Amino acid sequence: MSQATQQDAETGVIESVSGPVVTAQDLDARMNDVVYVGDEGLMGEVIEIEGNVTTIQVYEETSGVGPGEPVENTGEPLSVDLGPGILDAIYDGTQRPLDVLEDKMNSAFLDRGVDAPGIDLDKEWEFQPEVEAGDEVSAGDVVGIVEETVTIDHKVMVPPDYEGGEVVSVESGDHTVTETVVELDNGEEISMHQEWPVRTPRPAVEKQTPTKPLISGQRVLDGLFPIAKGGTAAIPGPFGSGKTVTQHQLAKWADADIVVYVGCGERGNEMTEVIEDFPELDDPKTGNPLMARTCLIANTSNMPVAARESCIYTGITIAEFFRDMGYDVALMADSTSRWAEAMREISSRLEEMPGEEGYPAYLSARLSQFYERAGYFENVNGTEGSVSVIGAVSPPGGDFSEPVTQNTLRIVKTFWALDADLAERRHFPSINWNESYSLYREQLDPWFEENVTEDWAEIRQWAIDVLDEEDELQEIVQLVGKDALPEDQQLTLEIARYLREGYLQQDAFHPTDTFCPPEKTYAILTAIKTYNDEAFDALDAGVPVEDLVSLDSTPQINRIGVQEDYEEYVEELKDDITEELRGMY
Amino acid sequence: MKEYETINEISGPLVYAEVDEPIGYDEIVEIETEDGRTLRGQVLESSDGLVAIQVFEGTSGIDLDASVRFLGETLKMPVTEDLLGRVMDGTGQPIDGGPEIVPESREDIIGAAINPYSREYPEEFIQTGVSAIDGMNTLVRGQKLPIFSASGLPHNELALQIARQASVPEEEEDGEDGSEFAVIFGAMGITQEEANEFMDDFERTGALERSVVFANLADDPAVERTVTPRLALTTAEYLAFEKDYHVLVILTDMTNYCEALREIGAAREEVPGRRGYPGYMYTDLATLYERAGRIEGREGSVTQLPILTMPGDDDTHPIPDLTGYITEGQIYVDRDLNSQGVQPPVNVLPSLSRLMDDGIGEGLTRGDHGDVADQMYAAYAEGEDLRDLVNIVGREALSDRDNKYLDFADDFETEFIDQGFDTNRELDDTLDIGWDLLSQLPKEELNRIDEELIKEYYDASEEVEATAD
Repeated sequence: MSQATQQDAETGVIESVSGPVVTAQDLDARMNDVVYVGDEGLMGEVIEIEGNVTTIQVYEETSGVGPGEPVENTGEPLSVDLGPGILDAIYDGTQRPLDVLEDKMNSAFLDRGVDAPGIDLDKEWEFQPEVEAGDEVSAGDVVGIVEETVTIDHKVMVPPDYEGGEVVSVESGDHTVTETVVELDNGEEISMHQEWPVRTPRPAVEKQTPTKPLISGQRVLDGLFPIAKGGTAAIPGPFGSGKTVTQHQLAKWADADIVVYVGCGERGNEMTEVIEDFPELDDPKTGNPLMARTCLIANTSNMPVAARESCIYTGITIAEFFRDMGYDVALMADSTSRWAEAMREISSRLEEMPGEEGYPAYLSARLSQFYERAGYFENVNGTEGSVSVIGAVSPPGGDFSEPVTQNTLRIVKTFWALDADLAERRHFPSINWNESYSLYREQLDPWFEENVTEDWAEIRQWAIDVLDEEDELQEIVQLVGKDALPEDQQLTLEIARYLREGYLQQDAFHPTDTFCPPEKTYAILTAIKTYNDEAFDALDAGVPVEDLVSLDSTPQINRIGVQEDYEEYVEELKDDITEELRGMY
Repeated sequence: MKEYETINEISGPLVYAEVDEPIGYDEIVEIETEDGRTLRGQVLESSDGLVAIQVFEGTSGIDLDASVRFLGETLKMPVTEDLLGRVMDGTGQPIDGGPEIVPESREDIIGAAINPYSREYPEEFIQTGVSAIDGMNTLVRGQKLPIFSASGLPHNELALQIARQASVPEEEEDGEDGSEFAVIFGAMGITQEEANEFMDDFERTGALERSVVFANLADDPAVERTVTPRLALTTAEYLAFEKDYHVLVILTDMTNYCEALREIGAAREEVPGRRGYPGYMYTDLATLYERAGRIEGREGSVTQLPILTMPGDDDTHPIPDLTGYITEGQIYVDRDLNSQGVQPPVNVLPSLSRLMDDGIGEGLTRGDHGDVADQMYAAYAEGEDLRDLVNIVGREALSDRDNKYLDFADDFETEFIDQGFDTNRELDDTLDIGWDLLSQLPKEELNRIDEELIKEYYDASEEVEATAD
């Protein structure tokens, strides 16, 4: 977190302690100021002021803290450090780098009262100026570039709250992030380091309608329920239905420039998996390590609850910072339910009047404020950038009617419904194709038609129709059995089976199948469509359906996903299917 | 250390006392009653002049004249390797009549969170000898895998079977790597009979000498239950990360633990969450479950096997629900299978081990493990679906293919799952039985298994059958 300046420090005294909520007396503070609590200096934030009594949520465990200990105000709101060094880092919920904490505490366990800046203040970066003396710059303008990682050029910008003016001096070469690299005629000094309060969105010129898809390499998502760059999506599902795997897949394969992954109140071992896996994986776009474009925020479920509330804001502020540079950023939040529960927990300690299911009445407002920070933006400096937000939701008992899911669905435009039944039969990703939706579909079709294939929308509609029909037929099959259906419907069921097994299912753990480019997604559909068209022709010609559903060639459809050179394979397969079917009449 | 005689309210498990010095949150308190008993408690809330104390042993016998002493420290567990083989009550006092415990160190029972950066991802297989777990929901070291059960089901037998049979492959190969297996048993609110069952089994199999038992029984104070699992886990962390043991922690019954949380919440007049459980129950459970894991550079590991009984067999009840969101999978004990006499009655369909994919396969277990498990899942799920249909239309109305799946589902239960509580199956045997069952299905149906593996195993088992004919 940001090392807030401490000159206007005002000291108060602790009055009471109850878990993460502490009240203090005689503290001169504004709402949302950061304070240091107790003799150990635990970080906290002011969340309520009533007369002489200030209520503080503390971001660390409060065991042993007692009344009478001091509380020190920093006079600054909760802020993050922005500058080179964010990528490839792993933070806790208040932007303390976990690797630095391990060193400082000299322990594998998280100690208390240890603070660390979000970016290394001593490391030197090579600053390559883009402006020279005499140039006019205003807020948001890029003044230079730093190679932050092999993949990403970090753009040094004039902070958004600066007035701007004429450049009077430029310092190129190696500097630490706090040293001034560009000076303006009005005395403003620009360094590679900025601070920004996490609860305030960074300014932009305007929010535009997103028209480009965020390609995820997951067939069911790209093919049926796409999300736009700058779009919002929710993944609700009961435990064990594959939320986290889907989030990981998106973090690995989505074609964003930058990925911010927020592990909010989830499992420690899962975060460790990300920390161990990502450095070894290659970015499919550049071939560089995936970590070179990734920032991880890990606030596991046993870390303090107040920091869980803040980690979402820390994440989105970092995402906005890279958006300002003109990058497409994807933010995964796993899981927003834990964030909402953190709000509930603190709200109940404040003895606020509860709303639905004990959640605070401002739940819906907070959720929409958060998702509204996503979008495709024209930035202050004229570039375009986007923040896409994909939030996992963990509804209790898998019941989508609970407040967090419902309030989220009112805001997001893409809904990927995870289904425990599908997960039980190991249909992965277990995204229910009948319940999910994407409101971006029409607005993204032109892109797919231009960049992948002209009949993208058409063949997708065909697939959806077949799956819909299957859904209806299954109800009848449950009652009377498959053999009681007319022949053409039996054939439809078989085709739908291939859609499910060969198209919708995808093996996240198979080296090839884990990422499926849109071209391949399309190729698989064409293979199934070929079978569909030829088989119905054969049926019309009088071939009995038993023969049509037991071809030698069709099981190969389910193996297209694992083929690296799929083009040739699909062409051969289509020929085989056609030949086999035409040979029957 | 000051003594107060300033209690002004006693309510359920809580005592409120006036103080004139600052008292730290979570600090330990001793209360001495008129009749000379000393009760221990913990500060739940501390404000200027007034503290709320949660009394572990219950408040009965306390009156307004009882004296209160604040010890100035949070609750600590004295730990040493000598704890192995010992039996303690729910507050960590020995009850086996053995020698006094000489601690090597005293650890805070509210463990600090493991830095996710310092963790090591669990991917080493623990063989439990139970096919339903090893084959289909593999347990790995450092995992937390709860058993979701309900009243009247043999979850204790399953837990005992695992405690008895659990072994790590490397332990068998060379026992000299310094890592041994230890079992820590934390009982919360179980009946004396259940406790006897566990103790008898531990003694019979000699498992006691590698175990530490913490027993809070059904008639012990409920509030004490909030401490018992933390004592168990603090001991586990010490043995794992200081003494290189592979520790398996069995916690039973988590439902009783959550009931105790609710009781305290109610006594404090907190705003209740779902079904009256406190809103912070997720966080509270996470501070227990998340204490499983491995740490980079340390030999040992803490693996958790919490047991909970789902009220009304309902897995959407807050206790199993919140548990499922924190733990890395779950094992379902099933009433139908139990009444069919399947031992252990594990329903693999809703069961899951999230860490399985990374803990199995070539070099870890066997190359075909993942594919075989996937295929059996899919086939068993299909067979299960068909059973509903059979009830309506009868078997004759189904196709040949459907009948094969029905047979598969039946055989899967009787041959694969049902092995008895006393059989310890090697993983190779488990997988071979799997192949035997899969060979009932036509080869084309095995769409989740790599073609190479089908050649190696399916064809092989077919040849054997052919020669047998």
